[in-house]
Amino acid sequence: MTAVWVSADQERCISGGRCMAATSEVFDQDEEGLVVVLTPQVAPELEDRVRKAAYLCPSRAIRIGDGPTQG
Amino acid sequence: MNAPTTTANEDLFAYPQDRACPWQPSPGYQDLGRQGPLHRVRLWDGRWIWMVTGHSQARRLLADPRMSADRSRDDFPAVLPRLDAPIFKPIAIIGFDPPVHDVHRRLLAPDFSLKQVRAMRPRVEDLARRLVADMLQAGPPVDLVEAYALPIPSMVISELLGVPYDDHEFFEAKTVGLLQAKSAEDAERAGRELWDYLDGLITRKEREPGGAGVLSRLAGEVDEDGDLTREDLLRIALALLIGGHDTTSQMIALGVVTLLEHPGQLAALRADPDVLPAAVDELLRLVSITDVSGVRVATEDIEIDGEVIRAGEGVLVSSSMTNRDPGVFPRPYEFDVHRTRGGNAASGRQHLTFGFGIHQCLGQNLARMELEVAFSVLFEGIPGLRLGVPLEALPSRSGGTMQGVHTLPVEW
Ligand code: HEM
Ligand code: SF4
Repeated sequence: MTAVWVSADQERCISGGRCMAATSEVFDQDEEGLVVVLTPQVAPELEDRVRKAAYLCPSRAIRIGDGPTQG
Repeated sequence: MNAPTTTANEDLFAYPQDRACPWQPSPGYQDLGRQGPLHRVRLWDGRWIWMVTGHSQARRLLADPRMSADRSRDDFPAVLPRLDAPIFKPIAIIGFDPPVHDVHRRLLAPDFSLKQVRAMRPRVEDLARRLVADMLQAGPPVDLVEAYALPIPSMVISELLGVPYDDHEFFEAKTVGLLQAKSAEDAERAGRELWDYLDGLITRKEREPGGAGVLSRLAGEVDEDGDLTREDLLRIALALLIGGHDTTSQMIALGVVTLLEHPGQLAALRADPDVLPAAVDELLRLVSITDVSGVRVATEDIEIDGEVIRAGEGVLVSSSMTNRDPGVFPRPYEFDVHRTRGGNAASGRQHLTFGFGIHQCLGQNLARMELEVAFSVLFEGIPGLRLGVPLEALPSRSGGTMQGVHTLPVEW
């Protein structure tokens, strides 16, 4: 099984914290309230909840892919 | 351009329609929802706009950058007469598109983050306990709006902004005056009084820098040639003061009514305090206190599910109906505090009560925390709480978006 990777775009983030409320193991907020990904490579048991966080994100700031994102 | 008044519009569904039950959308909206996700509805001024009742259509439209929230545009629909008041035209943050929207929202984001809100919780708990003790001492009957539902959000937003709570009667009355006005003139009058009040307050903060609260901090960041002019700051203060207490207080009131009318659900909540966050989101879904997730105008033609929303046409997203899309929420009209349990951990939380897209509510974490505290402290402190009048006799608000009750008589 290929691992899933997650990234989040601070430029798009509007700081509602939905991702952190859904999956605090993976998402956090910095001092400015912007999203921070704690573990870009997602543990298989968290994949479902990371997908949910991406669905709940109102500004489509969360991207899920099959490898690490550059930049 | 929006369609001019024509006889054809007279055949369309008339928006808004009052609720028959405090926690359910008007029977007319329920009929509409059964007919599909997108509808043309007629407004008070004879114009028509799209009303969205489908959940996935609402998510797509609210996240679409071709939809504008700019209330100063000529084609932006005034869905209620009061929203035609000049004070509402450039309303901060909520009524602006990027880039200005994003700049102002980012100035405020740190104060409304999940962590910041969690840190405030113990003080809000103390406040709620004090209010319960006062009610117990006064004895029944009590108006729960005045004694509990309003003071909690009102004190919280005063403290957060740095607005003296001693002035609460003034700003509460003017906010209700603004949000419940039946005409643009009445709304404008109440809005101007709030504006003048905040103008004076910000002047004091400019003279005495270093005070507590968001407004004091932002008063130090005003730059007439930069991202935050003094007028911007006043508009932001107005939006936060208005947005910060009426919605949440009415959500506390109608949340209590809904729980009291569903004793089985209240018992489930009492039996397991861990259910509280899910119960709050389920109440937010069901009650949909603002009834609307957002109003926009299309800036380009947008094709959606076989319909075309033309540039210049207005769109109103119904939260009460998108929150009852049966494809997303099974048994949508039922109140079920365990809805988020089971396979889909997000199923109860994907309600659109706080909107969606870049304008999703800035105060949502604060509101959720206040609601959790308000319900838990109240039912713990007054276990025998009951309505003081029959449900049908509650003095409900009428006319459009902001739902609620004028008073909520309770006994124990
Ligand atoms: C139960 C309580 C509340 C509900 C149901 C609610 C609902 C909403 C909704 C539906 C929107 C989106 C409007 C749109 O897209 O056009 C919104 C935006 C907003 N809300 Fe709330 N709200 C609540 C509490 C609060 C509180 C406590 C504050 C705090 C000050 C607040 C401040 C705001 C602001 C500033 C916006 C504009 C955000 C933006 O445009 O980026 N709200 N709210
Ligand atoms: S859910 Fe999206 S917008 Fe909200 S904090 Fe997380 S990344 Fe940012």
